Amino acid sequence: MTSPHIPPMTSPKGSAEAASQAALSETLVTVRGAHVRFGAASSPVRAVDGVDLDLGRGEVLALVGESGCGKTTLIRSMIGLEPLASGSIIVDGHEVTRRARDLRTLRRTAQMIFQDPTGALNPRHTIYDAVAEGLRIHKVRGDEMVLVTSALASAGLRPAARYLGRYPHELSGGQRQRVLIAAAMALDPVVLLADEPVASLDASIRGEILALMRSFVDERGVSIIAVTHDLGLAWNIADRVAVMYLGRIVEIGPTEQVLADPQHPYTRALLSVVPETRGLDQQILQGETPDPSKIPPGCRFHPRCPLVASGEAARLGIEARCRGEDPVLTERAAAHTAACHA
Amino acid sequence: MSALELRDLSVTYRTGGGDVPAVRGVSLTIEAGDTVGLAGESGCGKSTIAGAVLRLLPSSTKVDGQVLLDGEDVYEMKPGRLRAVRWTSAAIVFQGALHSLNPVHRVGAQIAEAIRLHGSLDGRQAATRVGALLEQVGIPAARASHYPHQLSGGQRQRVLIALALACEPKLLIADEPTTALDVMVQAQVLDLLASLQRDHGLAMLFITHDLSVLTHACRRLAVMYAGRIVETGLGVDVFREPQHPYSRALAGAFPTIGDPSSRLRPTGLAGDPPDPSALPSGCPFHLRCSVAVDECRTTDVALRQLPQLGPEAAAACVHVGQR
Amino acid sequence: MTAVTRSDVLRRFRRDRLALVGLIVLLGFAAMALLAPWLVDDSALSAVASLDNPTWAKPSGEFLLGTDHLGRSVAAQFIAGSRVSLFVGLMATIFTIAIGSAVGIVAGFAGKWLDATLMRFTDWFLVIPFLPLAIVLAAVLGRGIWNVIFVISITSWPSTARLVRAQVLTVRERLYVDRARALGATQLHVIRRHVLPNVAPLILASATLAVPISILTETTLSFLGLGDPTQASWGKTLEEAFQAGAISRSAWWYYLPAGVGIVTVVLAFTLFGRALEEILDPRLRDR
Repeated sequence: MTSPHIPPMTSPKGSAEAASQAALSETLVTVRGAHVRFGAASSPVRAVDGVDLDLGRGEVLALVGESGCGKTTLIRSMIGLEPLASGSIIVDGHEVTRRARDLRTLRRTAQMIFQDPTGALNPRHTIYDAVAEGLRIHKVRGDEMVLVTSALASAGLRPAARYLGRYPHELSGGQRQRVLIAAAMALDPVVLLADEPVASLDASIRGEILALMRSFVDERGVSIIAVTHDLGLAWNIADRVAVMYLGRIVEIGPTEQVLADPQHPYTRALLSVVPETRGLDQQILQGETPDPSKIPPGCRFHPRCPLVASGEAARLGIEARCRGEDPVLTERAAAHTAACHA
Repeated sequence: MSALELRDLSVTYRTGGGDVPAVRGVSLTIEAGDTVGLAGESGCGKSTIAGAVLRLLPSSTKVDGQVLLDGEDVYEMKPGRLRAVRWTSAAIVFQGALHSLNPVHRVGAQIAEAIRLHGSLDGRQAATRVGALLEQVGIPAARASHYPHQLSGGQRQRVLIALALACEPKLLIADEPTTALDVMVQAQVLDLLASLQRDHGLAMLFITHDLSVLTHACRRLAVMYAGRIVETGLGVDVFREPQHPYSRALAGAFPTIGDPSSRLRPTGLAGDPPDPSALPSGCPFHLRCSVAVDECRTTDVALRQLPQLGPEAAAACVHVGQR
Repeated sequence: MTAVTRSDVLRRFRRDRLALVGLIVLLGFAAMALLAPWLVDDSALSAVASLDNPTWAKPSGEFLLGTDHLGRSVAAQFIAGSRVSLFVGLMATIFTIAIGSAVGIVAGFAGKWLDATLMRFTDWFLVIPFLPLAIVLAAVLGRGIWNVIFVISITSWPSTARLVRAQVLTVRERLYVDRARALGATQLHVIRRHVLPNVAPLILASATLAVPISILTETTLSFLGLGDPTQASWGKTLEEAFQAGAISRSAWWYYLPAGVGIVTVVLAFTLFGRALEEILDPRLRDR
């Protein structure tokens, strides 16, 4: 498994960014050096550990990785639900801060969809109240009933009138997720942060929800960051894929590029265990999901890396660097970067 | 002799709101050493079948038809015989590994309990066997003294598998064994199940809503909808060339990465799973079906053989078999 | 609770027989207590005005529930006593719930040092022994209805505070609170729209428990002679019956009405409260 080419040692990070910028018409979300830490200062959990990321207007980015890789924390920090320890995030020209007024603006520009629609709906509120809540908070002008009804209808709940007075427990999981999508889209956000939007739903109805989200991009110009562990979802809706491992983006690029020609051994392993990919030998990484309170030195992936384990890294003469030097993202193809010494 | 044979099995739950038919006439045979996958949405009756095989359903539940384990009707067994058969003839790996293990007992003790309930091993022999079982599922024998909360999700699922193997059953029923697990851990568990199945010649009934997992793990597939099997066939065929429109939709939920036809085109099934207590008339799928014709509203088609796809292939749809 | 209209609540109540019985009983007692000044002449409670009446008279046409050792009408005492018992029960409950809920919500929601401080404060009150405090306060402040209310409130709010705080803590971690924040909600909005409605049923349930406890406590205090000596209450009736030897004389008509009254009111509150919780929770409603 030799890499197509060995990239230069110095990081051409700037050029990679320039290329990705050029490909996008306008940058909507800019993340620079983002760190999020939890727990005691002596042994912090480094959930997000230095992330740089750009999202263009009307772009769908899939943020992929195992649980504990920090992908959910990263999008939560984009809407101010997790404070940054350092670094900066700018959404549609506004910096994410902890000031109440800024947060209010931010939380209309950006909206979030949660993994568990059952938990995200207050069981005591009707569907009408759930959708109207955001409209009331932001004092959106217009006839509330009309806004709620059209939001529900545009999320595929038709006839909307039938749902207004019902309670979450009277709906199916798919319908609940549509209610949450309606509530988010009712505020006309420019970016939708979706945390595993279909993971808790039956496989058969996932496609419809994803198609709905994609339609917002095509028809209303919304941008989406979708957190997922499912590479098939990325193939289905994402323009670009970012792979996260232990708080860091280890590979990012256009979906076709990353999934057809993965550059990072972790991406290759993830891809190989998707039951529906052919032509890749299964590389089941051993051991448990990594622990973000104990990030290994050197390349954070090296203890589980198949290249290191198989001796491939030693043959390439990079094993010492894998163990001792933290790799940075280097360009592998146009707008496609990966953080690997190989 | 077949490891498991379901003959026209029907299961009806009795609730305060009336009878709810969860399984409606399912016939399915699993030969010794064979692997069969049962796929379908939540509420289609697939987990009810798992419970019906070992008579684990609430006693008010009405069960019709026959469940033959090694040729013996489970519903004719005396209580003592039933207890003996549970876990020695067929064992279940449940979903939700955290809840299936008792949090106040060490995992080794929980496995030993299953062994000693069914065997004549003394304490020390049982302990040795527990160690061997844990090693078999890839957990160091020393972990036997751990409590469930000290193990990770993947390890707990492995313990449940060891628990199911404790009495060397001929049939293993796995009910959503990987659903709550992370991708990589899911791959590990699937890999483990496959190797155990091969090494022990286990017959396996694998139940999940994830069709893509089944095609890898099972030779044969049965797709359930609204309490019925609507398509059976070889796993690869059902996934690659589904005949029933419902199987097509299920398969479509798992895009082949690299296939341009699914790129930026997610496909799924409109509507929601049917309510078992109020099934639509005719073919229960016709309301969500993209190729439904008038006939579908009134006629519920039985499974039709599809000889061109092999002796085990059949689908229940007006559009198949009669061309 | 926005969607639960008044007619909804009434309709559901009508379906729940026991709750309806509880409600009717409570309304009956409330009416009796409110109308007591018109139903009972003050003179009927006065020993001096009752000098001409027979003592220890059994229930009869003239005295529906008989008379006591001083010739006073037991029926009159029962009606007049309901006023004090219910008043003390309600007032003590209001204070208990108000203080307990406020402390619980603030502690649960604020967290950190404020939570810690408030909880230490609560623990301190939680361990105050009830009877000695009541006796000391009666000695210091004198005996009176408000002192009884004060003693009951001061000793029973901490358990409500603990209960409410625990509920606030679980509600605060719910995903729908996260969602509300992601929608741009302020803390106040989260408390008003999400925390309070989810804590309210618990507060209500503990209120329906606190009322009977308060009534029983008032009875206890009056029975021990720590109540208001100038006002008739069920507890005081029981105390006087006991002191006058009603039990050894088998004068059941003297002590039974007050005892039955207390048990009935307590039971009615419990039935009512249980039903109220079910009615206000949309998930329990359809059962």
